[in-house]
Amino acid sequence: MNRWTPFEWIVALRFLREGRAQTLFIVSGIAIGVAVIVFMSAMLASLQDNFIARTLASQAHLQMLPPEESPRPLRASTADVVQAPIIQRPVQRLRSIDQWQTIVSNVRSRAQITNVTPTVSTSALALRGDASRSITITGIEPDDYFRIVRIPEYIIRGEPRLTSEEIIIGSELARELGLTVGDKLNVTAANSSARTLTVSGIFDLGNKAANQRSTFVSLHTAQTLANLAGGVTTIDMTVRELFAAESIAVQLSASTGMPVDSWISTNAQLFSTLSAQEMSFVTIQLFVALSVAFGIASVLSVSVIQRSQDIGILRAMGTSQRQILGVFLVQGALLGLLGALVGAAVGGGALKLFHRAVRLTDGGELFPFAVEPTLLVSAVLLATITGVLAAAVPAMNAARLDPVVAIRG
Amino acid sequence: MRRGLILWWRSVAERTPSVPVLRLDRVTKSYNVGRPSEVEVLHGIDLTLEAGEFVALIGPSGSGKSTLLNLIGLLDRPTSGLLFLQGQETGSLNDTEITRLRSEQIGFVFQHHHLLSAFTAIENVMMPMLVERRFPDAAMRARANALLVQMGLEPWVDNLANNLSGGQQQRVAIARSLAMNPSLILADEPTGNLDTKSADAVWALMREANRDFRTTFLVVTHNVELAQRCDRIVEVVDGQLTPPHR
Repeated sequence: MNRWTPFEWIVALRFLREGRAQTLFIVSGIAIGVAVIVFMSAMLASLQDNFIARTLASQAHLQMLPPEESPRPLRASTADVVQAPIIQRPVQRLRSIDQWQTIVSNVRSRAQITNVTPTVSTSALALRGDASRSITITGIEPDDYFRIVRIPEYIIRGEPRLTSEEIIIGSELARELGLTVGDKLNVTAANSSARTLTVSGIFDLGNKAANQRSTFVSLHTAQTLANLAGGVTTIDMTVRELFAAESIAVQLSASTGMPVDSWISTNAQLFSTLSAQEMSFVTIQLFVALSVAFGIASVLSVSVIQRSQDIGILRAMGTSQRQILGVFLVQGALLGLLGALVGAAVGGGALKLFHRAVRLTDGGELFPFAVEPTLLVSAVLLATITGVLAAAVPAMNAARLDPVVAIRG
Repeated sequence: MRRGLILWWRSVAERTPSVPVLRLDRVTKSYNVGRPSEVEVLHGIDLTLEAGEFVALIGPSGSGKSTLLNLIGLLDRPTSGLLFLQGQETGSLNDTEITRLRSEQIGFVFQHHHLLSAFTAIENVMMPMLVERRFPDAAMRARANALLVQMGLEPWVDNLANNLSGGQQQRVAIARSLAMNPSLILADEPTGNLDTKSADAVWALMREANRDFRTTFLVVTHNVELAQRCDRIVEVVDGQLTPPHR
């Protein structure tokens, strides 16, 4: 008995040690519950991070576009003429964002925005010999744009370099047109502007469609091809809080009058899938936590009955109701803590094992894993708090025991 | 040395020699108060125990002995009447004050020893002192050890309570009841579960403690021979005390 150990802890520890088989069973139960939570949380978080990383590999968090052209009436209404207008949506021409330099500097000053870059995006035809493929050309300022879409990280051949005569293409396009670094490629825009560009780099974004269609040229080259001298068609941005993108988009749109799309709205289906996944996981977590709580509560309730005479004698010796309450709350907390520590270790170990055992056919990792220390700490804290809460009812029953009745057994 | 330690400990809870250890003034106890099934089990009990007395409490089963013992042990409260412990009226005390008074002034010895099986003999004896945590650990251990030595349990101080014989367990229980140097020890059939030899040994130890520390003992027993060895016999019959007799 350590002189600094409080009375409640001394008794709680001895009670747990004496009923070691019971303690072992309930700690194992809690450990399994916590291990499941840790394993599934880390898996789900890694899976979501991976999905999002792949989705955002080739797009900005926010994209500001020029306002859509809206239909105008051909003649005004008069009082004596009933009109039944047929509205035909106008063709959306490639247009520049008005005053884009002012907008860029305005957006750059906002705390929620981390990077801003203007781009020109247009469709074109890539021609090589007899083969042709439709592509999307994105004109960029490489230094700024690469901070938003990290193309250099996905370059598999060549360099992420763009002069006015160079183009970076995806691996699928390179394969289909038989291109490699240093080859020439004819690019013809819809307005018949044509340029011959040299392939400076080939990327693999991990997405076949993007690798097939996406290409990058310098901003000036794209402006020339799109016939938009000095203009830009989009302003790409990244935000500090990934999941606040939608609300920031609404704010930006309201303050600039320009439509702003967030990655959440452009990937609504993926986002709703992730949300559904998260909801089902939260439900599983809740039921696991409940079963852990009921396990602790039932073990301690049995313990209160088994130890009623001990409680009675402790009360007769001057132990207060609060101390008896403390003895059982400490037991609940210790069971939760012990089970959580074992569970966190088992969950972490299972994740490592899973990561090592389950690989892609080429031996590469399925997706990057990261067990956040905060996940382990929060699992341990949650289980400990659950232990205390689950112990509350048995502890109150123990504290309320009439010593006379308890001693009589 | 050990004897000295025990005597030193007595100064922790000094007694007031002029005041009776216990005084009951017209104490009654009823159950199911205010209901049709209300029943009074103790009727106007008057009882005084002086310091150093060794008193037997006898009576047939169901006469109210256990109820009286629970009231005296502050485990239950009287329905009416006054109960003074060391001169202090207990009716006005709240639960916390009652708990503290009980831990300081009263020791319990039960028919079934009621030791805590998760603890060793010495830890069981230390337990009442641990509850309070007012004494240094070394002093608590020394005090418990000295009491166990006095009970003839030196070789078994570190044995778990469950590993001791019935007689040894009851001696540990007596040592535990003496741990806080209480003014009053309530013993409910302390030898009821023991063989004659062990019962004699336990009785002798209680008598020794009574003599050495002037601790008042109130012993419930059905054994007339043992009762006659006490300073005084109090008999409960149908919830009332018969006149005290020797």
